[in-house]
This record gives sequence, C-alpha cells and structure tokens, in this order.
Amino acid sequence: MHRNAARALVLAWAAHLMGAEGLSAQGPDAGRPVIVASKPFGESYLLAEMFAQILEARGFQVDRRPGLGATEIAYGALRSGAIDVYPEYTGTGLITIYHLPPAADPTVVFSRVAIAGHERDGVRWLPPLGFDNTYAIAVRRTTADSLHLATLSDLARVGPRLRGGLTPDFIGRPDGLPGLERAYGLRLASVRALLPAVKYQALVAGAVDVIDGYSTDGLIARYDLVVLADDRHFFPPYEAAAVVGRDLQKSEPGAVLALTDLSGRVDGGRMRMLNRRVEVEGEPAALVARDALRDLGLLAGQAPRPDTTHNERERRPSLLTYLIADRGHIAALTARHLVLVAVSLGAAIALAVPLGLALTRVPAQAEAVIRAVGIVQTLPGIALIAFMIPLFGIGVKPALVALVLYSLYPILRNTYTGVRDADPSAVDTAYALGMTRGQVLAYVRLPLAAAVIMAGIRTAAVIDVGTATLAAFIGAGGLGDPIVSGLALSDTRMILSGAIPAALLAVLVDGSLAVLEHAMATHS
Amino acid sequence: MTLVAEDASKRYGDVTALDHISLAVDDGECVALVGESGSGKTTLLRSFNRMVDLDGGRIVIDGRPVTAWDPVVLRRRMGYVPQDGGLLPHWRVRRNVALVPWLLQDHDPEARANAALLLVGLDPETFGARWPRALSGGQRQRVAMARALAAKPAVMLLDEPFGALDAITRADLQSAFARLRQELRVTCVLVTHDLREAITLADRIAVLRRGRVEQVADAATVLATPSTQYVAELLERAGVRNTPLAS
Repeated sequence: MHRNAARALVLAWAAHLMGAEGLSAQGPDAGRPVIVASKPFGESYLLAEMFAQILEARGFQVDRRPGLGATEIAYGALRSGAIDVYPEYTGTGLITIYHLPPAADPTVVFSRVAIAGHERDGVRWLPPLGFDNTYAIAVRRTTADSLHLATLSDLARVGPRLRGGLTPDFIGRPDGLPGLERAYGLRLASVRALLPAVKYQALVAGAVDVIDGYSTDGLIARYDLVVLADDRHFFPPYEAAAVVGRDLQKSEPGAVLALTDLSGRVDGGRMRMLNRRVEVEGEPAALVARDALRDLGLLAGQAPRPDTTHNERERRPSLLTYLIADRGHIAALTARHLVLVAVSLGAAIALAVPLGLALTRVPAQAEAVIRAVGIVQTLPGIALIAFMIPLFGIGVKPALVALVLYSLYPILRNTYTGVRDADPSAVDTAYALGMTRGQVLAYVRLPLAAAVIMAGIRTAAVIDVGTATLAAFIGAGGLGDPIVSGLALSDTRMILSGAIPAALLAVLVDGSLAVLEHAMATHS
Repeated sequence: MTLVAEDASKRYGDVTALDHISLAVDDGECVALVGESGSGKTTLLRSFNRMVDLDGGRIVIDGRPVTAWDPVVLRRRMGYVPQDGGLLPHWRVRRNVALVPWLLQDHDPEARANAALLLVGLDPETFGARWPRALSGGQRQRVAMARALAAKPAVMLLDEPFGALDAITRADLQSAFARLRQELRVTCVLVTHDLREAITLADRIAVLRRGRVEQVADAATVLATPSTQYVAELLERAGVRNTPLAS
C-alpha cells in the first residue's frame, strides 16, 4: 500500500513536470489542440511554424512538435494519429513512403501520392504550397570551373576523382545515391555520411567535393556553390505540401480548410529568401514565419522589412551570452531531461533487479534471457525510438519505454553476475549455519552484489542521459530539443546549449550515484 | 546428539565421493575424518547437516533420518567451521558471531556473541567491531569457531578448520579447541588431512580413501595396528610411526 502510494506520487510529480498531456495518448476530442509537427531541418521547421501561426490566427489551439526524427518517424506519427499535420514533399512521398514508380510530371506525382495516401493510410495531401525543393547536387565554384562541370552527366564523367559528403538519408533512399548511380553511372572516389548541419562547412573547407543539398537551401547562395543540372531528369518533383492526418479531417475540417490557404502561395524565390533568413542570418523561425504570412496577406499586420542595421554579432551572440540569456529555458529542459532519466532508470531498476535475481534460480536459461535483452542494446537508439511510434505514438510515453529498454541490460547483467558470483564461501557458510534461501539472498548475496549492481545502474544512468537526447526526435522534449533544432538550423550555439548541459548532467548523475553507493557501503 | 551414516553413497557425475560408508558418532564424541583430497571426507561431513543429499543409504541424526529433519532447523543446531572461516565480509565480527542466535531469535544475540568470543580467547571489546578483512588468519578461524559455538549447538562440524594456518598459529588453535572440547563436551566431526592433528584432537579416527572407510578406531589402536597398507603409509608419512606393517 505504502509503496504504491509513493509510486503514484512520483508518477504524478513526473506528469506534472512534463505536462500531463505527454503521458496520455490523445484521441480526437472537440476543441483539442491541433498537433503541428516538422522534420528536423530548417525549411520543415519554418513551414510547420507557418502552419501553426495560420491555424492560431483562425482561432485553433496549436501544439507544436518540431523536429520529429526523419521521414519514417514523422509520417509514422501522422499515420498513427500522434500528430495532425506536417510538411512533406511529393517526391519523397512517391519514392520513400509509398514506393511508387518515379515520374517527372509534378501533377502526376501529386495525384499519385494523394491517392496512395488516402487509400492506404487515410491521410490527405493538401494542394502543394507552390515550390519544388528538389535535391541539389552541389560543388564548389572552383571545382566546377576547373573540371567544367555544369550537369550531373559532367559529374559522372569525373566522379572517380571526387569525394562525396552526403546525408545518410540520401545515401540510402532509392531517389538518392543508388538511383543516381543507376541513372548516370555515377561513381565517386569515396562517400562519407554527413549530417545536414556540417555538410556545407565540409564542402567549403575542402574536406569533400560533392554534397547533396536542397534547391531552396539558403546556404547554396551564401557559399557561392554550383548546383549541377539534372540533365536526365532523374529526380522526381519535390513539391512541398501539408499532409493532414485522418482525425483532424473528421474533427476539425475548418483547420484543414485554413491550411489550404497556403496552397500555391509560396514560390521558390520566396522560400529561398525565408530559408536564408533562418539558416544564414539566424533569425528565429517564428519571426520569419510571421513576416511571411503577413507578406502573403494571411495574417493581420504589416511585415517589417528585414532590419539591415542588425549586424551579425547582435544576431549571433557568443555562446556564453546565449547560454545566460536562455538559462531559464535550458534549466526547464534540464529538469525535464532529468525526469525522463529518473523515471526510466527507476523503472529499469524495478524490472531488471528482480529479473536478475530470478535468473539466478534458473542458471540454464539465464544467459539466453540476458543475451536477448542485450540485443535491444545493439539497436541504434533512434531505431528503437522509431519502433515505439506504432505502439505508443509520440511524446513522453514512447520515449520512456525506449529509455527503459535501453537501461535494462547493464543492470540485468550486473545483478545476475553480481549475485551469482557473490563470495561463494560466505554464501555456502550462510546456508550451512541455517539461513533460509530468502535470508541468504537478502543478507548475503544482495549486499555482496550491491557494488556490482550499483556499477550497472551507474552505467545505465550515463547511457540514459545520452540516449534521452534522442527523445527529442519523437517530441518528448528534454535537452535533445536544442540539439535537434541546432542540427536542423546549423546553429552551433543551439546544439551546445543542449549538449553541454547533457554532458554535465551525465557527470552529475554518475557522481551522485557514486556518493549514494559510498553511503550504502559505509552504512552496511 | 548422535550422528550415524548407514551405507552412505554419493556420486558427482562419474566420480564416486562416498562408496557405501557406514560410521557412527556417539553423543559427546569427537571423530576425525582423515584422508587425501577426493577421499570423500568433506562429502560425508556435509551429509550430516544436509548440505549434501545422499544417492544411497541414509544418515540418522538422534534416531531420526536426516531427511525427516527440516534442514534449516537441523543446521541451526549444528555449528559449522569451514577452512577459510566463511565469515560474511560485509558484517563486523560481532554480527558474524551473533548470526545463529539471531536466526534463532534469541533475545540478546550480541551477548551470546560476546560470550562466544571470550570462549575462543578473543576480547569482544577489541574484536567485536572489527571487519573480517582486518583479522589475521588465526583470529579469523577463532571468530569462525566462536560463531559455530555461539548458539550452544549440540554438534560441531569442522572442515579442515586449521588447514590454512601456519604451524605456530595452528598449534595455538588446536590447543584452544582441545580445551573447548573438554569444557563443552560437544559432539564433533573434524575433517582433516593431517593425521597428527587427528591423533591429538579426536577420540576416534576414521581413515577414508576413495569413498570407503579403511579403518575406524581410537588413536592408540590406529597407531599400534594399522589395518591396511594405506593406513600404515599414512602414519609413516605423518612421521608418527616408522615400523612397517606387520603381515
């Protein structure tokens, strides 16, 4: 009774800190907020922000979940009803989501994905926003000049002399590198996987010679790069569009209607300009989105001209200034991160320690069970988190489940080994003097294994602090939020404002557990 | 308390530990089980407190088959001293010694522990609060013996209790043990590979070899008339007899 009450209290406290909405699966109620999500890169953030503001202007409540993993996670969340709308690209829908044959005509591509989305998953592709953000295979101007490169066919000619720095996404998807290799016979000297946040710097610094970008990226113009023409029309059109989930269509048709106000209104030139303000000038996405909507006459008020008197230093203050200015927000994220770690670690201890003890009774099966749990550990964190979406949606719940699964192995392994190997002579003598099995466990095996179990818990805790940053990919918040956003927006300060507290937190958590362990050792 | 083994047999896989052994230990008597490693002496000792269950034959304790005893109840009535002491490393000396009285829900286990420490010649004030790791080998074995005695058991089972000690310490502990035996008249089974020790401390000696009893007799009889070649060799090697077997 007592223990249950304490547990309920802890859970209630956790729910309070996290915002209770994260813990309960959402169903379609009247008047619920519209959940607007994005994928983790700048343009997607910006479009989602525009969706959110246009909905708010029409009187809808909005819950923002930016930076969801990648295509699989964002679309999976939409299909399962965990989010209501996010911006996607028709070519990505065609090839990556629905696995349909490629096509060159934008109208054909849109109608195919619209039909496939409706028939397979009940989602609705709203008419495209008005610009095509296709892949842009880019090289430095000096490279283009010296090797006379203007098209992808030219690139295929000299490919073996060039090093590629491509996003992991592009390396894997059929409308990415594998398709280019087939269509153009392209062979590069080497291919290195680079995250969007670093690929432009890598190209400019000469570490690689070819990168994949998006045609609307603000950085292409900034670094004076040459985009090679797709002369064989390999890439399908990638028209940006809002994709709306099944629930919202039923419960809030007005919201869907409001979102169509953007259809056909954003052309390529405007999008490049907006992306440039976010990615190059470092302006907040919310501000840029507001200006864009005002410019389009979709929001009341006059869009101010970008203030040219602002200099770079004012927009991008030093890391320290940034951290100090943002300390309230960072503290809140840290607290939430700590709760994610504490709750998942507590649950993992509650599961793994009894399981480890039980396994010492069946040593023949123990290794198999522990190895099976260990397999979870070999899954990349982001993959494990992605697996949780169909089961638990997005938000705190799937993140906690994934973190618990991730923490089990070190605690389980150490509990089993520690209890099994506890000073055999002491254990034998304890039995020989008339201790019962339970007494031997409670007074001999467990206390003697305590240090080893504690080492497992500390390992799990440190892994947990790190893995919890991935929770941001499914909208669970924590210190991963600024890391994911910073990676998407190429903002190093923002990345560090999450990474530095996370590293300090890992040290702090390990240190506190060490103190606890010492206290336990001296107490017994 | 009387301990009887009747036709006791035990195998571990292909290895025969006990091969139809019969032996009786009278109340208040001290019997030494002597033999080399693998002779079965430890297995026989541990069958008396049901730390080992037999494959064949039976053990009878105070007229009752050992299988009719609750092992936990039985073991709390039998002191046990292993070769390395078997002290719980995370408990201080006093708590270690108080273990069995505490298990038996004695009203003052610490007082029992202090009395037992005095009995084995250790000052409870000095040693009670020490950690086992801070003890010398001889002190550790004294503490183990105090722990075995603290609840005033009817039987003491000792498995090479002095085997890991240097010669001087061993002699000290042996005389302490002999004195305790005189005072307490407790039934003892003492496993040892040292025939000299058996002769000094035990009322009777059982020589074991490959799971069988070679000879059971008092020390004088074993010395005077070793019943087999093996026993004679054992006596010679121990340096307690140098006349060859008369046969």
